[in-house]
Amino acid sequence: MKRSNAPVFWGLFGAGGMLSALFAPMLVFITGIAVPLGLLLPRDLMSYPRMLAFARHWAGKTFVFAVIALFIWHAAHRIFHSLHDVGIRTGPLARLLCYGSAALVSALALWSLWAIGF
Amino acid sequence: MSGRRPYVRSMSGWWRRDPFFVRYMIREATALIVALYALVLLAGALCLSAGEGAWNGWLAMLRSPVSIAVHVLMLAAMIYHTYSWFEIMPKTMPAVFVGGRRLAATTITMLGLAAAVAATVALFVVVRMLGP
Repeated sequence: MKRSNAPVFWGLFGAGGMLSALFAPMLVFITGIAVPLGLLLPRDLMSYPRMLAFARHWAGKTFVFAVIALFIWHAAHRIFHSLHDVGIRTGPLARLLCYGSAALVSALALWSLWAIGF
Repeated sequence: MSGRRPYVRSMSGWWRRDPFFVRYMIREATALIVALYALVLLAGALCLSAGEGAWNGWLAMLRSPVSIAVHVLMLAAMIYHTYSWFEIMPKTMPAVFVGGRRLAATTITMLGLAAAVAATVALFVVVRMLGP
């Protein structure tokens, strides 16, 4: 019997959902509001040398990759399953577009983190 | 060809008929915001790998009034995402038994929301300590 691949996508959806539920509000606040406005946090926090050092550290690399990849896999799975609700018939093409773009985003994140160096 | 034209009730706008479905659709729509934020961060990572000029361009983009407004809206959506994630967690996770009694749905939701508040505070404190 062919094994279902559903648990893999469900697992990525769940992991991304949990990670975003715990950290996404504060992450959006830090990167999109606090640092750009210099509100509660210094603008220097995300200066080039500081972020380069952060992204070169294995912990920083892991965190950035986990956030980008798990967020996009969570979103792709949820959007794919919502297509039916908005009256779009799903099939292999919709599956490929949803999960394929998540795979592409993950690959680009991995590549950029690799290119940043160690 | 038969002349039958059976009545089929239209499904358009089905979710607007019931507040429960409206909340369901808003919860599902938060996925679009999670995807958008992942793309914002991906752009940042790509700019960081492209050098200082590209990175400063990304930072300048984040300082634009449009970006600030979009991030305020994204923040609201993310807070709703957090709330709805733990609201449905009693239905998405296996039943938990403590001392022979099943853990109540509201207890699971409250524990989840408490964890989210703790994670939020912890992340801010860590970032503040790492800062200049």
